[in-house]
Order: sequence, then C-alpha cells, then structure tokens
Amino acid sequence: MIRLERLTKTFGTVTAVDHVDMDVPDGAVCVLLGPSGCGKTTTMKMINRLIPPTSGKIYLNGRDTAGVNEVELRRSIGYVIQQIGLFPNKTVEDNICVVPDLLGWDRKKSRARAADLLAMVNLEPATFLKRYPKELSGGQQQRVGVIRALAADPPVLLMDEPFGAIDPINREVIQDEFMKLQAELKKTIVFVSHDIDEAVKMASLIAIFRDGRLIQFDTPDMILANPIDSFVADFVGGDRTLKRLRLVKVADAMMSDPPRVTAEDSLDTAAAKMEEHGHISIVMVGPRGRARGMIRIEDAKTKKGLVGEHVEPLPGMIRVDNDLRNAVSMMFSHGATWLACVDDDGFYKGYVTQRGITRLLGANYRA
Amino acid sequence: MAATSLHGATRLLVLIGIFALGAYLQATGLIPGILKYWSDIVYLSRQHLHLVAISGTLATLIGIPLGIALTRRAIRPYANAITQVVNLGSTIPTLAILALAMTVLGIGAPSAIFGLVVLTLLPIVLNTVAGLRMVPAHLIEAARGMGMTDGQILFKVELPNALFVIMAGLRTALAINVGTVPLAFLIGGGGLGELIFSGIDLVEPSMLLAGAIPTGLLAILIDLLVGQCQYWLVPKGVNPLR
Repeated sequence: MIRLERLTKTFGTVTAVDHVDMDVPDGAVCVLLGPSGCGKTTTMKMINRLIPPTSGKIYLNGRDTAGVNEVELRRSIGYVIQQIGLFPNKTVEDNICVVPDLLGWDRKKSRARAADLLAMVNLEPATFLKRYPKELSGGQQQRVGVIRALAADPPVLLMDEPFGAIDPINREVIQDEFMKLQAELKKTIVFVSHDIDEAVKMASLIAIFRDGRLIQFDTPDMILANPIDSFVADFVGGDRTLKRLRLVKVADAMMSDPPRVTAEDSLDTAAAKMEEHGHISIVMVGPRGRARGMIRIEDAKTKKGLVGEHVEPLPGMIRVDNDLRNAVSMMFSHGATWLACVDDDGFYKGYVTQRGITRLLGANYRA
Repeated sequence: MAATSLHGATRLLVLIGIFALGAYLQATGLIPGILKYWSDIVYLSRQHLHLVAISGTLATLIGIPLGIALTRRAIRPYANAITQVVNLGSTIPTLAILALAMTVLGIGAPSAIFGLVVLTLLPIVLNTVAGLRMVPAHLIEAARGMGMTDGQILFKVELPNALFVIMAGLRTALAINVGTVPLAFLIGGGGLGELIFSGIDLVEPSMLLAGAIPTGLLAILIDLLVGQCQYWLVPKGVNPLR
C-alpha cells in the first residue's frame, strides 16, 4: 500500500532521512519509532508531502505520489497531529467535515457521516455535534481529531504521536478504542511514536529509526525477540521479554483440551486421570463444562469419596482472549503456578503454566 | 450593557438624575441654546460621519490586507521595516499630519481623509498582524495536512481565529477616527469641528457644546456598533465574549 524507495531528506548539510526503504502492506499499522531527531516524523511528513523529499520515491497504492497534486494527495490521506489541531472557530461537526467539505461532498451526507463517526467513538452525536472544541475534554478532543481524519474515508492515515498529550489512563482507553476502530476499518496507518509500549500495543509492524536510517523493520514480536543490534536492544528496553507477554494471547499459550473431572466422579477417577497426564492437580467442571474448582493429587490419593466433597477453589481463572501479561500478573498476585483458562461464558478451555510461558518465550528467541 | 444589570431602583434613580440634569440645563437656557444649532448639528453630523465612513473604510481596506501581507512567509523578513513606516502615522502629531497633507493635497476633504487614514491605519495593521500571529502553528499544520490551499488556510482558519483581535483593532481605530475628525475643520474638511472651534473662538459655550456633545455621542454610538459586530461576527468558539 505504502512503499518508500530510497527516500532521503537533507536540510542543508544535515541528512534527516537517509535512503529509507519500506513497504507497508494494506491494513497494517506501521509505527515509526525512535528517539527524537531520528527522522521518523520527517519520514511521515514526506508521505503527504508536508515536507518535500530530497530524493527517492513514495508509492501509494502503486502510484508515484510525486506526480499527484499535493493538495489532492493530502485530502486523500487522513492526518492526525499530537496537538490535535481542531479548529476552535468551528463546531465539532464542521471540524469533522473539513475534508468532505473541501472535496465538495453533499452537506447532508457529510453531516450524517459526522454523526456516525462520533457514535463510533462513544460520543453522543446529539450532545457533541454542535459543541465547540473548547467545550470538550482533552480525551474527547483527541477522539474528534481521529475521526476527523477518517471523515472522507481515506485508505491511509498518518498519525503524529496522536496520543502523546493525553494522560496515561485516558491514553490506554483511547488506544483500545482506536484499535477496535482499526479492527473494523482496516486502514493502512503510519504512526509516529517514541513510546515502545505504545508501539508494541498498536503496531503490526515497527520501524526503528536512528540518525535518519531505518535500522530494523519487523513485527513487534520479532523486534522484541531479536533486536538487530545493541541500539535497538537498548531502545526496546531491558524488559523486552516482559513486553512480549502483551503480544501473546492466552489462547495461544495454553494447553488446550485438558483432562477434567465432574463433581460426581470419584477421587480414584481423578487420581487416575492425573497420573495418566502427569499432573499434580485437576480441574473440576460443572455439568455443562464451566470451571468450578480443583482437586490436588495428594487429596485424591489419600482421601475417599467424590470429587465434589473435596473440591478446592481454583488458583485463578483467566479468559482466553486476555494477553499473557495479564496471565502472569494474575499468577504472581495469586501466588499460583498455573491458571485455568475459560472463555467468555466461563467454560473450561485449558490451562497455562509458568513453565509453559517461559518455554514459549524462550523458543521464539532461538527461532 | 451595564444598565441592564442595574436593579430597578438604581435605574429609576439614574432616570430621575438625568431628568433633573435636563431640567437644570433647560432652566439655565443651555439646551435651547444648543438646539438653536439643530440644523447645523444635523448637517455637520452627516458630514462628520461621511468623513469617518470614508477614512475608516479606506483604512480598513488598506490596513487588513497590509496586516495579512505582513504575516505571509515571503514578506515576513521585511515586516518590521514596514511596521515602522506605518508606525510613523501615529508618532507624528495629528495636526502635523493634517498640515502636511494640506500642503500636498490642498484645503478640503481629501487632505482631511488622507490624514485620518494615516492616523487610523496603525491599530488596524498592528492588530491584524498580532491576531494572525496568535493563530497556533499547529492549526495551520493540521489545515495544510488535511489538504487546504494557502487561500483556504487564510480564510477558513487564520482569519476566523484572528477576527476577534482584528475587530478590536477596528474598534480602537474608529474611536480615534471619530475623535480626530473635528480637527479636519482646521484644514477645511468640515464636520462637527466647525461648531467646536467656532464656539471656542466666539466664546460661545452653547455652540461649542452643540459640536462637542454630538461628537461624543457619535463616538459612543460607533463604538457600540463595532462592539456588536464583534460580538455577532466572531465565531462562537473563538469569541471570549460569548
């Protein structure tokens, strides 16, 4: 979708961007990451020609952008900046419709779209359409800033540290909302950030810049697992392994289709199942398969009776669509070495163990 | 505007006060003395307003574009020098400007208008420049990034956001203008100055007042008018009054 070929920008004697080659596929979120002055913002601004390239080519959808009128080019690319840049003289509605109005869309159509977009970011259209930016909180303004970029439905979005000026709690919320929106819209996004956590969370591809050069361009997991040099390793941080936890879903790390017992089973049956699988405990499920409790092997072997009479509470339950970071956090806070994994309805799907997670993360290092 | 916030009782007192003042002036014969000049007042007020309208319009038509030009990228390096030249207009004493204009343009309205334009240009230009410079750079970046042309950025983003400050400049300029027009009489420009200066020369207070009071009322009226324009024309989102 977006292809940069030997893209270079020099300001006088300073080379801000140095022969960058990059290919961002359709629907990808590509985060340009690096310390300030590394050329990431310049690279992004060359895509909509806010900064004219010194040399090199930019292709959008296979078309060389050098041949496109720059005003038309910008209208076809969504643009979000850190300061948000809502026009204080216009209402929220008119702000959202800036690009549709520039393109000469029918007024009714663009205003209806503004209302739809507001609803998509959980802002009640009836309340907010006629408000002015100064009557909105910072988080609300940034939501409007994002949907303003989406108003004319551009295939490509450029975002310059869009969530940088928002307090950490709101930032998380807006990031999550944005990811949900992106899952639905599947835009191709180039996103400038200096926050590795944000990059790991949002990106399908991360491009790490240093002194105008593109040092490493890969998926977040590969960059965290295999930093190409010490600069990248330092930049992604000493805790990069922990950061990877966020990238893996519980469903991908759990042992699925585990053995289980019901309340009516005898302890002998439970002990036999545990021995068969080499486990030291087993999960008891309800009549329809919901995880209810557990039996330890010592109890199963020494006591007599039914499972239901000796059941203990589970060490912890985690949903399969959670990430491993939450799973590990729950293990530590409960002092557990394993967790039962359940789906949205509480049905028992599998289990994750500390050892399993360690092994999974270790395996990727050698890959 | 303040009067509306006054309570009924205070309002009544003010009305009684005005009535008493009127009665007193009536008794001393000042009001009939002034009203004697009624036809002159009407004629000269019209002339006065004419001068204000022409010079004010010209100053606005020159001042705002000049202010806009001074903030454009291509001209910015020379902006200070040009501002200094405009500044001369308010540095040179008013009478000196009128005298200078008269030596070039002769006696009459044209030189008066020229002098008034030169005088009122500065606040308009300065406020236009200040208003436009106060528009945050990131708004312009956002506008450009969304695909506005330079003209669209000026008219849809810069001017609406600078309008309040520009209007404040107009207000100041017109207040100076109305107050200075009486001097135009000295170079044969007409206006209410005729009554004021003749009144002074003839030691005729009622004649003087017949010029001075309408001048004051005109100044208040025009200020009120521009104030209302400022209130209603400036978009709500950037209008500190609304």
